[in-house]
Amino acid sequence: MNATRIGYAVLIVLALVAPLFAYPVFLMKALCFALFACAFNLLLGYAGLMSFGHAMFFGMAGYFYGHVVKAWDLAPEAGLLAGVGGAALLGLVTGALAIRRQGIYFAMITLAFAQMVFFFCVQAPFTGGEDGLQGIPRKALLGGLIPTKDDRVLYYVVLAIFLFGYAAIYRFIHSPFGQVLKAIRDNEQRAQSLGYEADRYKLLAFVLSAALAGLAGATKAMVQQFATLTDVAASTSGEVVLMALVGGLGTIIGPVVGAFIIVTMQNYLAFTGEFVLVIQGAIFVVIVLAFRKGVVGEFAEWWKRRQAR
Amino acid sequence: MFELLGIPPQALFGQLLLGLINGAFYAMLSLGLAVIFGMLNVINFTHGAQYMMGAFAAWLLLGILDVPFWASLVIAPIIVGLFGIVLEKLLLKRIYHLDHLYGFLLTFGLALVIEGLFQWKWGSSGAPYPNPIPGGFNLGFMFLPTYRGFVVLAALVICLATWYGIERTKLGAYLRAATENPTLVRAFGINVPRLITLTYGLGVGLAALAGVLAAPIQQVSALMGVNLVLVVFAVVVIGGMGSIMGSIVTGFGLGLIEGLTKVFYPPASNTVIFVVMALVLLIKPAGLFGQTK
Repeated sequence: MNATRIGYAVLIVLALVAPLFAYPVFLMKALCFALFACAFNLLLGYAGLMSFGHAMFFGMAGYFYGHVVKAWDLAPEAGLLAGVGGAALLGLVTGALAIRRQGIYFAMITLAFAQMVFFFCVQAPFTGGEDGLQGIPRKALLGGLIPTKDDRVLYYVVLAIFLFGYAAIYRFIHSPFGQVLKAIRDNEQRAQSLGYEADRYKLLAFVLSAALAGLAGATKAMVQQFATLTDVAASTSGEVVLMALVGGLGTIIGPVVGAFIIVTMQNYLAFTGEFVLVIQGAIFVVIVLAFRKGVVGEFAEWWKRRQAR
Repeated sequence: MFELLGIPPQALFGQLLLGLINGAFYAMLSLGLAVIFGMLNVINFTHGAQYMMGAFAAWLLLGILDVPFWASLVIAPIIVGLFGIVLEKLLLKRIYHLDHLYGFLLTFGLALVIEGLFQWKWGSSGAPYPNPIPGGFNLGFMFLPTYRGFVVLAALVICLATWYGIERTKLGAYLRAATENPTLVRAFGINVPRLITLTYGLGVGLAALAGVLAAPIQQVSALMGVNLVLVVFAVVVIGGMGSIMGSIVTGFGLGLIEGLTKVFYPPASNTVIFVVMALVLLIKPAGLFGQTK
């Protein structure tokens, strides 16, 4: 337990000094994806529900943020709220339908709904279609108290948002609610027979996960000042699955590690163009065949074996 | 000239034909998915990529070896089917004991690799494939290009042949039995792992055959299967994977619905299948032809 605390302390110190060593916009993007991956993992790792359409929450929240802040000219806080609320609502509707089927069908249904949202975004007037929403203004937060024009200042805002989301997920998982979720994941009939209404727990988990994915998406739009079709596309849904898988499903810190690995990889391999996809696909294959526990899972296993000796 | 609800008949029947053609592809692809899922317990995400490979195989056979369309119709599915068999032997068979989810992820990764490689080699803009039977008939109410009519008929024949093969022949009976209870079938001395490999090859071959048929209608491009496979997933959810005939009927039916939507409310034509899926989930969650499991 102590090792975990020390680990977290080291990570937080690292996060605080990181802008001195790395490009803040890159770090902010990685943090947004890390939160997105954590939100996804809340669903797959702890409720056993694999959504293959999480990009719809991430991407739509970006559009909501952009629309509220640019077209309605409201404060960024309102944009973030709109992103979270809109994603949660979308999660409520799609989740209520998707949980009517189980297992692999659930994945296909979420994928199909995400595709529907994608087609909607291509045509809807407020998303800007193929061009996306460009030039979302960066406004000061908390009524002018925190200027966000400077990337280094904004980095700490994003870090705070990320930590808030991470802490919320930590709370969910370690609450009685999280325990019931795990029980449903491991044996749904049994949990049901103990009096827990599995569907309500699953739906709540789905909405929470969608809302947090929305927070990540809205934050990303705040940082990058644009929202585009890429963020609602099926490839983004696949990417977040990959991040969680690389880091380790069902471990709370795994998706963060996975997100940093994948975002870094994309950054350094951007010059290869389409080949990034080939590499991502190959990573999928290798992980599924050989490292199903992911980086953090395998490390924890190794650590346990070492301690046991 | 008569008009139906203010829609000129040429437009109506033209779109219905297009819908029927799309439906033919939905039917062939969802059929393959259902057959593979029944035996392997894997949702084959690579299906769209294998459909694309079929079209590419025909295109390359024509371009390099000058193989005519009719020969490609046989050769290309065999090539891609053999490729599928290699995939199954090398990779897929390692994950049958795991949760369905891993099969989905593995084949998703494979699809990314395959489509990425094709895109890298040939770019993402399409290449045309010459129409093997140009010309058409004037039916009075519409013009029917011969090749398009052929595609609908061919797809129908292929689907019914697959249905017959699985539901009415001895090999099909083995297949169905092995889906139901592999251990018992094995005890009767039937080589179930080989049956599984052959099933995957067959399902992949079906996808490739659909790809060859699509080549003269659509552009042959690395990404031609990406969106299609997502729609086919919705088709499979709507129909349920329990019944072969169900996949065929659902595929064609949804193609027609899509065609009609294009006539009466074009902006919704991309999304109508997903809306139908939502409705089916509300009314009959197991799918139109599915058993509740």
